[in-house]
Amino acid sequence: MNTLIWLPAEKIPVLIAFLCVAAALLGVFLLKRKGKSFKIRALPGASAIEEAIGRATEMGKPVFFTSGTGEIDRMATLAALSVLGEVAYKTAQYGTPLFYPNNDPVVATVAQEVVSEAASKAGHPEAYKPENVFFVTKSQFGYTAHASGLMERLKPAATLYFGTFEGESLILAETGFAQGAIQIAATDSTIQLAFFLVACDYTLIGEELFAAGGSLSGDQEVLGSIVAQDWLKAAVILLLLVGAILATFTTFNLASRL
Amino acid sequence: MTAGNFAAAILTLAIFSFLYRENPFFRLAEHLLVGLSAGYFTVIAVQGTLVPKVLEPLQAGDWWVVVPFILIILILGRLTEKTRPASRIPLALIIGAGAGVAVPALLQARILVQLSATMKPLNSAANIFILVGVITTLVYFFFSREHKGWWGKLATIGTWYLMIFFGATFGNTVMSRISLLIGRLEFLFGDFLGLIK
Repeated sequence: MNTLIWLPAEKIPVLIAFLCVAAALLGVFLLKRKGKSFKIRALPGASAIEEAIGRATEMGKPVFFTSGTGEIDRMATLAALSVLGEVAYKTAQYGTPLFYPNNDPVVATVAQEVVSEAASKAGHPEAYKPENVFFVTKSQFGYTAHASGLMERLKPAATLYFGTFEGESLILAETGFAQGAIQIAATDSTIQLAFFLVACDYTLIGEELFAAGGSLSGDQEVLGSIVAQDWLKAAVILLLLVGAILATFTTFNLASRL
Repeated sequence: MTAGNFAAAILTLAIFSFLYRENPFFRLAEHLLVGLSAGYFTVIAVQGTLVPKVLEPLQAGDWWVVVPFILIILILGRLTEKTRPASRIPLALIIGAGAGVAVPALLQARILVQLSATMKPLNSAANIFILVGVITTLVYFFFSREHKGWWGKLATIGTWYLMIFFGATFGNTVMSRISLLIGRLEFLFGDFLGLIK
């Protein structure tokens, strides 16, 4: 019997992968403790966020943020909330209104906490306006209609689309484009990336969304976790090459073991 | 023509009027849509979650559901400033549990299954094309190393793969959106105006 009651055989590769991720994270945290500092390459889309907020401040117009239709258990939503913290910090510093209509009540609640905390951290707790970070509806297109209408009425100078997007991506991005706003998008929703690429000034592709938070804050723990992900990607490349070579020249099929 | 079809057609036109500019007709349709959907999802939440997951088990004597019910009540703590910190407990649980559930599923679906599908014998152009695409695209997503020299050339190949993928998905999705528009126009010209039999 090769299956333990509490660990089915088909779950063992997941456990090994999970342990590899944990080991990589532990490795970077130990390096950080020894004084190693981490840095990542510049991400033009992330660097443009400050420029976009600055432009909105100069024009006296608001910044519009949306995390699309993702729920709180989506990694992209968590990454978007991390970026939101940096955006809220800067808008509070500059005294620029930030609007964030939301599709999910739990995300809206967490977002209110994030914006409130960022405003306090910036020394301007009064910059947090609960009425500007609000839940609209769970309906995808009900939310899209409201967010588009709101964009038309507010005429924001900067629109930031960070998170999980579906069919609403192009509707929102086209509306923002029509307002002449500087547009920055970041999503791991692969199908929607094409729409953001054509309608936005800057688009962070896939994993760049997760790196954006660290790039903006310079937080060593976040940057360290990005470096750990790079190590894991190197391991994946190595595994792919080994697996492909074994499949080509031997009868051993590594793919079937995963 | 039924009253339902008439209302649907007028609201479709009101939403389409956004293509010109934001106007009171669009605003009316927008607020109707938001209000109706919020009400609909509230009913779904009550009927689909609160009644079968909390009230019915309570009636059946399953007192364990009191624990999640207390967490629901704590979320409502946000309504007053004094009780607001209490709402962070269920939120922390939702985020922590959500991430915990998502991580193994993502490792399985997005890494292991993809790895398995890519480890093919290098005996055909398609298999080599796929392997090169996956590796160079992964190189593009390395953040701790600048895209310079031979590494930068690999990343550029990865960028090409990405752009080809985006072009293909763009065309595919535009086609599906056009079919949605055709469906709506068929409704307007057929059911509403009666021009299409």
